[in-house]
Parts: sequence; structure tokens; C-alpha cells
Amino acid sequence: MLALGIESTAHTFGCAIAEMKGKRKGTFRILSDVRSSYRPPEGSGIHPREASRHHANVCSRILKEAVMRSSLKMEDIDIIGYSAGPGLGPCLRIGAVLARLLSTYYRKPLVPVNHALAHIELGAWLTGARNPLVILVSGGHTMILLYFNKRWRIFGETLDITIGQLLDQFGRSLGFSSPCGSMIERLASNSNKEYSGIPYTIKGNDVSFSGLLTAAIKRTKGGSFDIGNTCYSLQETAFAILAEATERAISFTNKDEVMVVGGVAANRRLADMLNYVCTRHSSKLHVCPIHYAGDNGVQIALTSLIDHVNSKVSVAPENGFIDQAWRLDSVNVRWR
Amino acid sequence: MILLRFILLLSDKLPILLKKGSEADLLLIDWYGKRALSKLRTERLYRNPILDKELRHRRTIREAEMLSKAKEARIRSPYVYFLDTYRNEIIMEYIEGANLKSVFSANLALKLGECIAKLHSRNIIHGDITTSNFILENRSQDNYTELAIIDFGLSFFSQRLEDMASDVRMLKEVLNSVHYEIFDQAFSNFSEEYSSFSPSGRGRKVLRKVDEIQSRGRYSRIANSY
Ligand SMILES: Nc1ncnc2c1ncn2[C@@H]1O[C@H](COP(=O)(O)OP(=O)(O)OP(=O)(O)O)[C@@H](O)[C@H]1O
Ligand SMILES: [Mg+2]
Repeated sequence: MLALGIESTAHTFGCAIAEMKGKRKGTFRILSDVRSSYRPPEGSGIHPREASRHHANVCSRILKEAVMRSSLKMEDIDIIGYSAGPGLGPCLRIGAVLARLLSTYYRKPLVPVNHALAHIELGAWLTGARNPLVILVSGGHTMILLYFNKRWRIFGETLDITIGQLLDQFGRSLGFSSPCGSMIERLASNSNKEYSGIPYTIKGNDVSFSGLLTAAIKRTKGGSFDIGNTCYSLQETAFAILAEATERAISFTNKDEVMVVGGVAANRRLADMLNYVCTRHSSKLHVCPIHYAGDNGVQIALTSLIDHVNSKVSVAPENGFIDQAWRLDSVNVRWR
Repeated sequence: MILLRFILLLSDKLPILLKKGSEADLLLIDWYGKRALSKLRTERLYRNPILDKELRHRRTIREAEMLSKAKEARIRSPYVYFLDTYRNEIIMEYIEGANLKSVFSANLALKLGECIAKLHSRNIIHGDITTSNFILENRSQDNYTELAIIDFGLSFFSQRLEDMASDVRMLKEVLNSVHYEIFDQAFSNFSEEYSSFSPSGRGRKVLRKVDEIQSRGRYSRIANSY
């Protein structure tokens, strides 16, 4: 079975075509994967309407390219998956409109996909993780998840902003263009690594980053400061918080596998810390490969295939919903 | 548990590593002829050393302090025998019993409600309410079980409803994820006892605050938060 996956929750608009034979995830094959990311002007954040305008401008080109690179025709595709949430309303709408249109025109089943779940499914396929504790770290999420009985359950999460927002908002305050994660990582690793205290907040199994952000920004406003060392201190503190939260979760659940997915999974320093934690507790760490850590159409194609093949699920084009606040723990994972 | 009793007989073999916890190594030791538990907050080499030292030091002192304060609230918790702020070690009473996580039931949620309400009545916020931080002590001599609370490293004093609600919200999250099968009954039992052991009206107020915190959760704000 062949699927087109459409991703448009935030910065990235992506289309991918993939194939799966029968119900076996092992036969999954990526036939094409095309993406374009909206880049806000330096020093400003992602503006939902601006991002959606970008998506609207590129979507037909991205779709055409994805179809062309797969050497298939649109008629050959069996199902159309799109990411229905959570995410930014105006961005989600572009993906959903395109998906509904294609579904109507080509008479193909339409499969809404939860974006967070898609990160997990693709990560598991790429890394071979079976039933891991999941650390989902991205612009839209910071969650520690456990799977029991048809649902991903939230063991811990951020109480305010996500790790991605922390890095982006701090970077933007320095005039970088978002996403700022890799810039901050570079500055931190090239710095003198002089640590100076920044608030460290962990509440039981949950984390909080807003105090950290305020303190870091305040530091950069107070006359002389070193950008590299400030990035270093911010990153060390934030990732240590995540590593401790992970350690708590492993200690509680005795999980022997941990998988980190989402855009921030691309950060080496974070992976190093998590690796240390996992080794201490004899748990195996799986890190989603950098190229697939961020948002992409492949994760949507894969998840729609698994869902459709196992549970025959699809919606009529006119019921192709979007839900900006679609919680991962509300999704019934029929196939797992 | 049987294995543990067997180990205890071999007390000349002490110390024995009981568990590598998330913050500390837990060792069963001999303390002047008595068995005791050493909680040693060991280095985390992945963290920056300044941050690491500060966290371990602060939490060790906080934990030792609060273990004593909890006594004033007439709550069962380990007695502190010795505090070494240099090594970040607390030597405390070893409480024999089952970890609440492994024997948890909706019925036991009643005891949780009582215990946490009593702490809050003394303005003690535990800061790390999860079922693994309680021990169901079996006192075989008087045929009685008692719920003991441990792990005060993240605790603090506060009179604010928000902080009390934060403790309750943590518990709710653990029940909802790990003990989801009995969530409804367990949380309603907890709430009932929590309210009845809180000073008049306050229990309800705290529980309402929990709902409030959850309803203004992250996801109602996601669209504006990028
Ligand atoms: N005084 C005690 N008597 C008996 N058992 C104890 C005592 N203190 C701790 N334990 C056992 O050790 C475990 C870990 O202790 P504690 O929570 O203090 O450390 P931690 O580093 O936070 O570990 P964890 O990650 O498991 O919570 C507890 O769950 C309990 O089973
Ligand atoms: Mg503990």
C-alpha cells in the first residue's frame, strides 16, 4: 500500500510518499521526502499567519516534487495522510485543505494523523525501539511518555514553555533567526564553558523552563556578558533538567529502552547526557537520526499506513478535521 | 521481600547496594549494630560540576531537615541518624515494608490523602509526590500497617494553595499514567481523605486549584506560544 503524507503543523511544510507491504512495519520504504521550512526574519518568532502563507506558496511545488521523485503518479497512491494536530491553526489548515482536496479529487481514503504520535512511530521504525520510554522534545512538545494499554500516557511534561521554545526565544532575544537550537549548540560548544547559575526547576516528574528563560535573557541585558558562556549555561541547565526527569522516569518504571524524538533530539549535548543516564540504569538509548528528528512528511505517511492497514480507519473528506490542541494521550492507538 | 530478609541475616555482608535511585545510591548498612539506610547523593558526571555540587548539597540538607519536621506533623518517616554534608550522605532509619508503587490500590489512596493533608497542614510541600516515595510499613509485632513517606529532597515550606495543589497534581499525573486502571476510584478516595484531614474548607480549595491549573494547561495556549 502507498501513502502520501502531508506535514504542516509549524515551520515545515513537507510531503512524502512511502510504501508498506501488508501489516509489517519492516517492509516500510520511503519513496520520496520533500520539505520546505519557513524562516522568520532574524530576531522574530514564527508568526502563524506568515508561516501559513509560506506553506500555501510552496505546497503545490512540494507535492509535485514528492510525486515526481517517487516515480509514481498521484493515481497510484492508495491513501492520503495529513497531520491534523496539535499545531498552529493557520498552518494545519493548509495541509488539511490540500489533503481533503486530493482525497476528493482522486477518491482516496483520508487519514488524520496525530503529529506527536507520528514522531514516535517514525523514531521507533528508524531505531528499532520496541516499547521504550519516550522523550519527546521539540518546539511544540516536551513530554516523557509511557505506553500502556492502547495509549501513550504522560509520565511528565513541561508546566510552561517547551524546550524548543526556550532555545528559540532565547536565541531570538539575541537576534538569531529561529529555529535557534543548532546556533546555541555551536556557541555553547565553542565557549570557555564557564558555568554560572541559572534557575533549575524540576517539580516531581515535571519540568519548567520559563524561569530559566527570564533569567538568561536578563543576563544578556545587563551590560557585559559572554554570549558563548551564557548559551553554555542555559543549555547545561535545561538539558540537565531533562536528563534528571528522564532518570526519574527510568528509575520509576525500570524501562530498559529509552527513545528520544523531536527536533531537539538533534542536539549532541542532550544525547550525551541522556546516554550517561541510560548507561547508569542499564537502559538502551535510541536517538532518532538527525535527518528525521524534525518535522517531515515521512512520519505522517508511516503513521497513516499503520493506522489504515490495521484498523481500516479513514474519514470522509468533509470530516477532515484539524485540532490545534489534539493531546497525544487522547489518541486511541488501535494498532499497538 | 523474602530475599531482603535473607540478606539481612547476613548482616556481616553489609553494606549492600539496595538500589541505584534517580538521585542517590541507597545502601543498607550497619550503624552501630543496627541496620540502617545510607542515602548517598553521588556525582552526576553528565552535569556541569558546579551545578551538580549545588544540587546535591542543597537537596541533602533539605531532606534531612524536612525528615525531622515531618515528625512534628505526626507522620511516619525515617529517623535521621547522621548527616554528612560533605559527602552528601544521610544515614537514616531503614523502614521495612513494601514500596507503595508495587502494592498500590484504591484503598491505599485513602492513606495517601491523610498523609499529604497532614503535611500540608504544617505547610510542608513535599515536591515529589509519586507512589514510589511511600513505604507501606508492616509492623508485624502489632499487626498493623502504616504509610511512611520518604524522599524529601525537593520539599519546601509554603502556605500557598498553588504549592499544595502542585503536590496533588503530581500525584494525579502518576495515578493517571502508571496506575491508570484504578485512577477514578483512587483519586476520588484520595480527595475524600485529603479534604477530611485538611483544615476546614481548605482541602476543597486545593482540589479546585488543581482543576484550575490543569484547565489552563499548556494546550489551551499552544497557538500563541511558538
Ligand atoms: N528509609 C528507607 N527505608 C527503606 N527503604 C527506603 C528508605 N529510603 C529509601 N528507600 C527505598 O529506596 C528507594 C529510593 O529512595 P529515594 O526515593 O529516597 O531515592 P531516589 O534517588 O529519589 O530514588 P528513586 O529514583 O527510586 O525515587 C525507595 O523507593 C525505597 O524503596
Ligand atoms: Mg524517590
